[in-house]
Amino acid sequence: MKYRTSASAAVLTALALALTACGGESGNAGDQPAGESTGANAPKLPTYAVATGVKIDSPTLKKAQQAGKLVIGAKNDQPFLGFEDTTGKRSGFDIEIARMVAADLGFKPDQIEFKTVDSNVRETTISKGEVDLYVGTYTINDERKKQVGFAGPYFKAGADLLIRKDEKGITGPDSLKGKTVCSIKGSTPLQEIKKPKYGAKTVELSKYSECVQQLLNNEVDAVTTDDAILKGYAAQRPTKLKVVGKPFTQEPYGVGMNKDDKALRDAVNDALEKHEKNGDYKKAYEATLGLSGSPYAEPPAVNRY
Amino acid sequence: MNVLLDHLADFREGFIGTVLLTLASGLVAMMLGVIIAGFRVSPVPPLRMFGTAWVTLFRNTPLTLLFLIAWFVVPVIFVPGLSPWMKALLALSFYTSAFVCEAVRSGINTVPLGQAEAARSLGMTFSQTLRLIVLPQATRTVIAPLSSIFIALTKNSAIAGAFSVTELFGVQKLLSDKGFPITWIFLWVALAYLVITFSISGLFRLLERRLGVAR
Repeated sequence: MKYRTSASAAVLTALALALTACGGESGNAGDQPAGESTGANAPKLPTYAVATGVKIDSPTLKKAQQAGKLVIGAKNDQPFLGFEDTTGKRSGFDIEIARMVAADLGFKPDQIEFKTVDSNVRETTISKGEVDLYVGTYTINDERKKQVGFAGPYFKAGADLLIRKDEKGITGPDSLKGKTVCSIKGSTPLQEIKKPKYGAKTVELSKYSECVQQLLNNEVDAVTTDDAILKGYAAQRPTKLKVVGKPFTQEPYGVGMNKDDKALRDAVNDALEKHEKNGDYKKAYEATLGLSGSPYAEPPAVNRY
Repeated sequence: MNVLLDHLADFREGFIGTVLLTLASGLVAMMLGVIIAGFRVSPVPPLRMFGTAWVTLFRNTPLTLLFLIAWFVVPVIFVPGLSPWMKALLALSFYTSAFVCEAVRSGINTVPLGQAEAARSLGMTFSQTLRLIVLPQATRTVIAPLSSIFIALTKNSAIAGAFSVTELFGVQKLLSDKGFPITWIFLWVALAYLVITFSISGLFRLLERRLGVAR
């Protein structure tokens, strides 16, 4: 009996510890990011000139203009990409893309309403019109094109592996035989790793932070998802974790919107091209994703279908 | 309709996964629950205290938290390297055992004290009294609440889907992530759950009729 109570006390204490340990979900928890995110010489976020008198024959946009605000769906838990801190301030590369597109559509930063939308309800939320645009690591694929329209791609990501710093055995997807790989339920990279040719065991959880915790506990050997997301986590714990750096899938990110609103799609494509040309895109990258140490790459050409 | 026919294999795997997990954790919870109920009505104070602590702990902890303990605490302190399925079985059966225990205990309380006293006066031990006299009579009362508990267990097993176990809820998440029409997926998954829960309530209705005795 005595032993029992102490055992359960130990469990609760350990749980408390485990829970506080995986509280490192904020952009700069734990050790300092590798990039110069602080100090005077840190890259500054660009400001975007807001267009006036925008007239586009788009039902979505007309509705938003009448309401005086543009509703944009985003992620809130991806450091450097789409992140919301405890005060409700949003930051990250996807958020900047949303802001530059909104500016070209005639909306000031205070006229944008960001809404956090979970991955598995993105299509429903967009087609129901609950958000006007969606910017959040949204990979363009044919199945999704049946339900939503995509502008872009504005960024080329690819699945990669996050491993412990002292891991010698994993050099890429082909060295995963007998290893355990963790990812989010239903993620594209996991579908790839599950193929028999890799011979890896898989674990599927509901949050990347849970996977990272399992990696730190030595319960799994690697975490896989888009490299952009992994670099954010590696930047949080540069002394313990690293990214392999051998992408093995193509994940072109697009801006999601109503499937039949071609006028809006063209306008967003124009906006993306304009900001890629005038240097805003590069500045936005340097001040967000670039901080995690991943070098800048030229954006892919937009695809007007 | 198409989404079901195109992914019949996924749905079947998910369905089997849910059924197996429910069955296994139901069995373990049943055994644990009856043992703990025995503890709670036993004449030995430490056993009674242990039973009370068990029920208090597992009945008042949210199931998701138990899953997190099984994933992030059990490997570090007790047994490393359990499979996701075993972790789910642990969390689900411990959680459900507390409810089973309380249902069984309330059933035991409906058996008139005279029965136990008569058994004692015939010279039966405590465990004989429980096994031969009290539990058989308590069973009838317990059947209805148990059926609710197992139906709840079926639905609770969906949490395992978020923790790396192949089951119905996970299939829903997988397919809707890929971008198939979410309404249809939900409909089919809900129907599959209904098939399981209806089977459980049918089974227990049958039991109730078989074991029903006029008092």
